[in-house]
Amino acid sequence: MSAVWPHLPVLQVVVPLLGAVLVGFMRHEKPAFALALLVNWTLPFIAGALLWQVLTSGPISYHLGGWEPPWGIEYRVDALSAFVLALISIIGAVTIPAARQSINFEVEDWRHPWFYCIYLLCLAGLLGITITGDAFNAFVFLEISSLSTYVMIAVGADRRALVASFQYLIMGTIGATMYVIGVGLLYLLTGTLNMADMAGRLGQAWAGQSQTIITALAFITVGISLKLALFPLHGWLPNAYAYAPSWATVFLSATATKVAIYLLIRYYFSIFGVAVDFAALPISEIIVALSLAAMFVASFVAVFETDVKRMLAYSSVAQIGYITLGIGLADQAGLTGGLVHIVNHALMKAALFVAMSAIFLRAGTVTLDGLAGIGRKMPLTLTAFTVAGFGLIGTPGTSGFISKWYLAIGALERGWWPIVFLIVGSSLIALVYVGRVLEVAWLREPSPEIAKASDPPLSILLPLMVLAAATVYLGFDTQWTVGIAADVARDLIGGLK
Amino acid sequence: MSTLISLAQHYNYIITIFLMMGGLYIVVARGNMVKKLVGLSIFQTSVYLLYIEPAKIVGGTAPILDPAFSIYSNPLPHVLILTAIVVGVATLALGLALVVRINEAYGTIEESEIIEMDREA
Repeated sequence: MSAVWPHLPVLQVVVPLLGAVLVGFMRHEKPAFALALLVNWTLPFIAGALLWQVLTSGPISYHLGGWEPPWGIEYRVDALSAFVLALISIIGAVTIPAARQSINFEVEDWRHPWFYCIYLLCLAGLLGITITGDAFNAFVFLEISSLSTYVMIAVGADRRALVASFQYLIMGTIGATMYVIGVGLLYLLTGTLNMADMAGRLGQAWAGQSQTIITALAFITVGISLKLALFPLHGWLPNAYAYAPSWATVFLSATATKVAIYLLIRYYFSIFGVAVDFAALPISEIIVALSLAAMFVASFVAVFETDVKRMLAYSSVAQIGYITLGIGLADQAGLTGGLVHIVNHALMKAALFVAMSAIFLRAGTVTLDGLAGIGRKMPLTLTAFTVAGFGLIGTPGTSGFISKWYLAIGALERGWWPIVFLIVGSSLIALVYVGRVLEVAWLREPSPEIAKASDPPLSILLPLMVLAAATVYLGFDTQWTVGIAADVARDLIGGLK
Repeated sequence: MSTLISLAQHYNYIITIFLMMGGLYIVVARGNMVKKLVGLSIFQTSVYLLYIEPAKIVGGTAPILDPAFSIYSNPLPHVLILTAIVVGVATLALGLALVVRINEAYGTIEESEIIEMDREA
């Protein structure tokens, strides 16, 4: 054990990467799934050990191949990255048991082993972005996760999945390329790719080269915002989530955009913020304005959606708006709220999409009309859906309330009190779209098409219950979310110039 | 006048930016999916230039420790772009594979026609 201990940071990425290669050799669905499950279940232990190590003894710096940073690639685990690593690992580990039934039902047989291979690659990419301390390495991992994401979307049964995947490929590649242009400009200025080193050198460069730094900041902001689907760059997201296989949507909605948000926080607070006085630039105002637009426009569109998966996808755009609102506010309570909402939204949206995958498995439809009376046929599934739906609205007693509470306090601290009303107003729109589904599902008479529907097997039901229970639990015990996020926010804001 | 001279001295960057914007324009303006991918590829390739150009130093050699040489080119951007080229190839391959599948499923690769077919369905 002691031999493995110092290498945990690299194992976090290498284990799923090697797992993907091994699964790629398999031609049968059963062993492929078993191996993916096994690999996935080791990851929370690694992430947990890293988080514990970081919280007790400070950030870890791992030198790949023994090369000292800033020359070699450094894996850097601080409280923020350990927090996100733990989130992704746990989401993967909790939801993967639900994958098999759903994938077997929705994806062609010969593709099953490949799907798990691609999934592990995506996981490795996402974990890599989070753990690396090197700007270009982050780009490579970004592309690993993006390319595998396009594949996961394209295997959806509907032919529209192909077009959704293609559109995402175009948008995602433009985003990643803009990111790499920004990194290139920063490299020209500082001569380094190590994030910490870069932050130190940018401060000196600011005096003479402020234009280049602002250009780099703009490229990186737009590039990452495309990946995290910040309004109005969210165009690819609704179709991608709606037509991807149900389980792929579960995983992507809970992790992929969250990792992009992590990267944005990393650049704003650990690189640019350290070197540049943000008060001189209108970044905060721009991010807050776009977040508020996302919260309203996307929620409003969600109200009129008839496909429930698409409705939840638009809701994701709105919820991402809450997270970026916290980033834009950039004060202690606001940033804490944004960080907490990364976890809370990941858990509740995973619960909602797992419920949708169960409904599609049993009832064969996800349209609003098709769901009439489904609550009587699948009571446990719809109970979990209801709980997570209340979380989405932000009802007190659910985790969604906690994040919105901190965001509201953050807005007040900043002196932008109208935002508090806007948060409440946007939550009311969420009440409308979640309420529409609940009304149809619980109060209407079941239609004959869904007469045979029943609750899904335990492999889907159990993850669903765990996720829904987490939504309630984190609404009461906030030690693991707010506790850590507040410390992280204090560190990030303390580092700002 | 001095701006013009400065621009002329940095003609390589003008070419880079021209390619960058040209590629991006093709992606936005063309409805044919293969042409979109070509534009995307030009856009990505222009970034290779952005990285490689500043690394070239006139009269510089490969970074080999030898008393005979004192001016070196920066090797790091070359390595980075080698990686970026691989990423670009993978993206293009996956994009073209998707276009093949889209052509099989829809019988066309014109975006406007596909949107029309989806609307009717």
